[in-house]
Amino acid sequence: MADPMKIRAQMKGDVAEIRILMSHAMETGQRKDAAGNTVPAHFIQSITIDVGGKRVVDGQTGTAISRNPVFGFKMKGAKAGDKVVVNWVDNKGDKRTDEATVA
Amino acid sequence: MKRSIVMATALTVTWSLPAAAQTKDANAEFEKFRAEMEESNPAELFELKGEELWKAKRGPKNVSLAESCDLGQGIGKVEGAWVKMPRYFADADAVMDGERRIVWCMTEKQGFKFADIAKKPFQGANDNNAPDITNLVTYVASASKNMKFDMPLHDDKVRDAYETGKAMAAYRAGPYDFSCNTCHGADGKRIRMQNLPNLSSPEGALRGVQGWPGYRMTGGVMLTSQWRMNDCFRQQRFPEPKYASQAVTNLIAYMTGNANGQMYKGPGIKR
Repeated sequence: MADPMKIRAQMKGDVAEIRILMSHAMETGQRKDAAGNTVPAHFIQSITIDVGGKRVVDGQTGTAISRNPVFGFKMKGAKAGDKVVVNWVDNKGDKRTDEATVA
Repeated sequence: MKRSIVMATALTVTWSLPAAAQTKDANAEFEKFRAEMEESNPAELFELKGEELWKAKRGPKNVSLAESCDLGQGIGKVEGAWVKMPRYFADADAVMDGERRIVWCMTEKQGFKFADIAKKPFQGANDNNAPDITNLVTYVASASKNMKFDMPLHDDKVRDAYETGKAMAAYRAGPYDFSCNTCHGADGKRIRMQNLPNLSSPEGALRGVQGWPGYRMTGGVMLTSQWRMNDCFRQQRFPEPKYASQAVTNLIAYMTGNANGQMYKGPGIKR
């Protein structure tokens, strides 16, 4: 079971600033553990973000992203009260969905 | 980076870049990065876990810390507790820093065994999760965000810990004949590209206590002040202090005392 995300969404003028903190190991599959065995790759593969019922981000991610990644962006067309729904799926099929409201 | 400077100076004699200027620029760049990251510090993920742990009934005695642990501001109260520790706790008859106090609560109130906590108290470079104690420390520290350090230095016992910590910081020993102050006792010292805070000054001490608990971007791990003390001891080639011992509390008391009166910004973020 994946750990919750932390989502911050704030209007700054007519631009919404959205920042998402995800809790994930983001293993590249290139590392070896203390016993010399390869640590299997485990990373977030796709992220979707809906704001106010509209899909604004639909992306693929890979192993070049750090552990516990931060994803931030600014967008026009959102307003206070809009619901932000973030969803990710990793390469092992584990997933997580969290929500926040634009303030 | 160092190599490129050496090569450049070897190629042309006329061209030289003062190392100090380069360090300053690199620092300014890094400060920008840090400022950006402060707004989305992954430490918040550990705060969330710590809050859950604080409120959950756990341990052999099946009680929560929220209903049993007094951090000096009343049972279960975390707001502002972090910036007022180390302080003297009558029930334990000891001056304790935040991490040590939480460990004390876990053993005395929840019935955990100290040896079990001390077996692996810090997150390793390859661990995906931080130990419970680190999450708890991060949560408690975050509850003092934007408050001023106010360690009770007027208390004789706390003053004692502070003075002992000060003496420890000046104690030179080991194969390198190092003390804490060798690196952290004067302005303008650095190791490689890292500027080292002068812990005897209010600004330097603030950098110390502000940094830990902190999220270290290298490796993506959450680490506490206790870990930092252990690592300083290790770098001096000293024997590492026992986990949650008085020695560590004394050093933290010395730093916190010097940082008193300044604002705490919450759990830190490190390179």
